[in-house]
Amino acid sequence: MDKVIVARDLTLAYNKDETIINKARFSIDSGEFIFITGPSGSGKSTLLKSLYGALGPQHGSLIVGGVEMKDIAAKKLNFLRRHIGIVFQDYKLIKEWTIEKNVMLPLIITGYSKDVSETQVDKLLTHVKLKHQAGKYPQELSGGEQQRVAMARALSHNPILILADEPTGNLDDYSSQVIWNLLEGANTQLKTTVLVVTHHIPEHMSVDYKHFNIEHGSIYEVF
Amino acid sequence: MKSFKNHLSLITALITILFTIQVFIVVERSINAYEENLKNDYSIIVVVNKNLEKKDFLKIDSTIESAEELDPSHVIDSFKDEMKEQNLKLLKLTLPKFYRVRLDHYPTPAEIEKVSKKLLRHPMITRVEDFARNHDVIYKLLLLFKEVSTLFAIAIFAVTTLLILKELRIWQFQHNERMNIMALFGAPLWMRSAVLFRLAIVDAVLASLLVNGIFFLVVQYGWLQTQLKAIGIAVNIYVLPKDPVILSVIAFVLSILLAMLVIAGSKEDS
Repeated sequence: MDKVIVARDLTLAYNKDETIINKARFSIDSGEFIFITGPSGSGKSTLLKSLYGALGPQHGSLIVGGVEMKDIAAKKLNFLRRHIGIVFQDYKLIKEWTIEKNVMLPLIITGYSKDVSETQVDKLLTHVKLKHQAGKYPQELSGGEQQRVAMARALSHNPILILADEPTGNLDDYSSQVIWNLLEGANTQLKTTVLVVTHHIPEHMSVDYKHFNIEHGSIYEVF
Repeated sequence: MKSFKNHLSLITALITILFTIQVFIVVERSINAYEENLKNDYSIIVVVNKNLEKKDFLKIDSTIESAEELDPSHVIDSFKDEMKEQNLKLLKLTLPKFYRVRLDHYPTPAEIEKVSKKLLRHPMITRVEDFARNHDVIYKLLLLFKEVSTLFAIAIFAVTTLLILKELRIWQFQHNERMNIMALFGAPLWMRSAVLFRLAIVDAVLASLLVNGIFFLVVQYGWLQTQLKAIGIAVNIYVLPKDPVILSVIAFVLSILLAMLVIAGSKEDS
């Protein structure tokens, strides 16, 4: 199986004196569903940032989608990010844009034609049951609905990897279940690799998953 | 409504800046027109023994623009009743020549003194009347106008800078989030900035259209020009096509500069 993520002696830090992740070694195969857990401040989100290139490795190597993340050039990083879908706890939707345009964002960036983009957005908004809200703005939707929009956006360009940072952290049980179902669906139906940073792994997951835990700067798999 | 709100803050700032600049241009033109009036009204009277040509005067000092001989007949006419015809003829022959010398700009008191001295050094010139005392008062008044105008320019610059800085903060706040989100999905810099430049160009067009429209109406209505004419200043408040071009260029340059500063100052969230 292809490796989507490979970390070798990966060290992450915001400054020289404070190491967040220390010499971590792990790899993630294509099509896997991964949970990363750990106490607050353990470095879960920091690891996620390094995976989408917002924080470069201080030492060691981190390869995402075949691309070395250490000292990555802006152009190369942009290219890599066009193959990654990201979901955040605070949704990160563009307030000035309609739901439809928000979902279309990765397609516009990747350079899909207008017709293809519209068809894809239509399909995804139907899938997340928000087609009737397409012309509204994010702030007109509930938190659960906004996260479904963020999910549709993350899936729109058929990414090889979905990174989710506490995607259900702000949601009620029902909305959380909808998001888990969408992530599971992306993994099983589209064979997308999914990596979720969370405090709690949901009880009734229908997919096989791997569980990594971060503590005191170390990452280890929980069996 | 949403889109209008996005545009309003920059359009307001741009309109303020453009309006102030055009007012400053009008003030400058009025001062220049006033200075031109003063220059036209001011002349030095020179008394000469023999005829001098215009070129002789031009050789004396480079600031001398023209020299015209004054007709002495009204002086001679005033003696008509008191003197005999023969004496009047003799007087006409012996009377020195009077010349009105004009300069190419409105001179400073020091320049007047310099020109007067140079004129007096000429062997044919016996007397020079430069009306220095009157000139001094008027010159000080002009200097005051110019100083006020310079202060006004400095105030415009300060206000403009403050408005741009304020606008820059608003834009950074408004656009940084969107630019960051676009970056997360791999948008190149030009794509992230495109919205900003589009907004800047649209706002520049709207602001310059509005300000140009206002000044066009002011000219059509004619009230301001009437007021200026009443104090002897004939000045164009809005010169076509020079003024709309100046205002539009300033609006474009300012908003593009603003957009570039926002882009340069935008940092990706980490």
